[in-house]
Amino acid sequence: MLIVAGFFLASCAATKTEQGGDSDAASASTTSSSGGEITAGTQEDLIVNVGDRVFFEFDSSELTVDAQATLDAQAAWLMQYPDTNITVEGHADERGTREYNLALGDKRAFSVYSYLAQAGIDTNRMEYVSWGKERPEVIGSDETAYSQNRRGVTLVSN
Amino acid sequence: MIKKILIILFFSFNANSALEVTIAQGKVEPTPIAITQIFGADSDTARYGNTLRLIISNNLTNSGLFYTVNEDLYIQSDNLVEKVPRFEDWKLIKAQFLLSADVSKTDKGIRLRMRLYDVFNAKEIEKLQLTIPDENLIRRVGHTVSDIVYERITGETGYFDTRIVYVSEIGPLDQRVKRLAIMDQDGHLDSHQFLTDGKNMVLTPRFAPNKQLITYMEYKNNLPRVYIYNLKTGEREIVGDFPGMTFAPRFSPDSQSVVMSFSDPNNAANSEIYLMDLNTRSRSRLTNDSGIDTSPSFSPDGEKIVFNSDRGGSPQLFIMDKNGDNIKRISKGKGVYGNPVWSPRGDLIAFTKLTQGNFHIGVMDVNGNNERVIVRDFALESPAWSPNGRYLIFHRQKRSNLDGTGGEVTIHFIDITGYNERVIPTPRDGSDPAWSPLL
Repeated sequence: MLIVAGFFLASCAATKTEQGGDSDAASASTTSSSGGEITAGTQEDLIVNVGDRVFFEFDSSELTVDAQATLDAQAAWLMQYPDTNITVEGHADERGTREYNLALGDKRAFSVYSYLAQAGIDTNRMEYVSWGKERPEVIGSDETAYSQNRRGVTLVSN
Repeated sequence: MIKKILIILFFSFNANSALEVTIAQGKVEPTPIAITQIFGADSDTARYGNTLRLIISNNLTNSGLFYTVNEDLYIQSDNLVEKVPRFEDWKLIKAQFLLSADVSKTDKGIRLRMRLYDVFNAKEIEKLQLTIPDENLIRRVGHTVSDIVYERITGETGYFDTRIVYVSEIGPLDQRVKRLAIMDQDGHLDSHQFLTDGKNMVLTPRFAPNKQLITYMEYKNNLPRVYIYNLKTGEREIVGDFPGMTFAPRFSPDSQSVVMSFSDPNNAANSEIYLMDLNTRSRSRLTNDSGIDTSPSFSPDGEKIVFNSDRGGSPQLFIMDKNGDNIKRISKGKGVYGNPVWSPRGDLIAFTKLTQGNFHIGVMDVNGNNERVIVRDFALESPAWSPNGRYLIFHRQKRSNLDGTGGEVTIHFIDITGYNERVIPTPRDGSDPAWSPLL
């Protein structure tokens, strides 16, 4: 069921370029790119025009209202590009044990995955994986970093 | 915090006498031992002797229960393997025990002879002769002799001839390369060896109690699954190849099963604890709750399992029977608990606790009583017991900063009284240490 290719590092690097210095990635989701050479249906398109990620409260895998709005937009986008497959990554901040955070990351990833499935996205197009606290988006031992790291990220996998 | 307690260190030599050592504030007064030069007739054997003396001296000192009397004070400089020591000379420099040894080459290999003397009672309490085929086993000889001395004098089981498996870490904190690595318990670089190449992330290795196997989690093809690494063959084998993440593995005391978490996609990816029989490859589910259940650890008699669950709201520690019955919460204090590990003696459970912004590593009785903190810092994780149940190893991580600095993570050793903490050196950063049984 979960067949994840070696996309993670490449996608992660691309994500970083787009997200660099942005203190509120969620609000960036509605903003269009100014420059404009973005190919439709790509990870870059998802990041810039939809929002590739949702954020979670501490020790929670429930989707916030903001998260649901982002996922509604992701679902619409995925409907628009039916040949696009995705992997959803679940992540946690560093303030928990490695094993608990692996479990929490999986619940977060599954929350996103099942929300998109309920929104009509074929589960054959989706995979999910937990990275626990092992792959922070923002390095740092404070709440600013933690709030960015408690996330579910949608990665285009083809 | 720690009251003045009295422990008795037993001797098992002829007189059957016992030494009482007072521990004030939990701190043991180390027993002075003199270790003579370990004699060798040629340059090779002299070199082996120097290596052995250093290993034995460091092991005993690092235990916190001994210190090596400074060699410069020794009055008698003879080889005392075949000759009775002048005990008065050793008494004068306040050595309670005296170790002497020599190394020679025989047609069967390298031979070590050792004598251990009780200085105050003026008698030999241990003698040993062993032969190894080649010098590759010198370090193990040093650890074995250390164990014999430690056991003879303290009455506790030794722990020196053991290894530590851990996760070696390098690179930026958001792209960390993690490899399985193994080393002698003293962390000596000569014993250090990488087991995986770093291509896939690996986490949480743990030894089998009585086999040369390690169970751990690896992201092979980005699929997080539990594996077994065979230390004899170097082979890696997945434990249960089915959809859904498996993680947090530990062996059962008989090494025939692995208890672990499994996040079933058909159960909303909620983590439950499963037991996987390594012979039949059948799995049985032990927990069934909408909360996260993880970090299972067997009692040494195999009858109970302690685990981590947020079924009550926040992560706490619970105990259940080996079949999943009779679940009881044991953690009683304030804070977020995790990483429970049952002591090999069976009497204590080590854990981590996050409260007031800090992680704590502590121990509690198996019913949750008598919780006491051993060490506290910003980030502490992965306590693991020494095979004799007297020490813990764990990792400590520094705060990281937005510019990518900080976050260094190191492996530490500590007596469960809270004293004698020291770093176990690793060539790179190190995390998730686990201790082997005695080899």
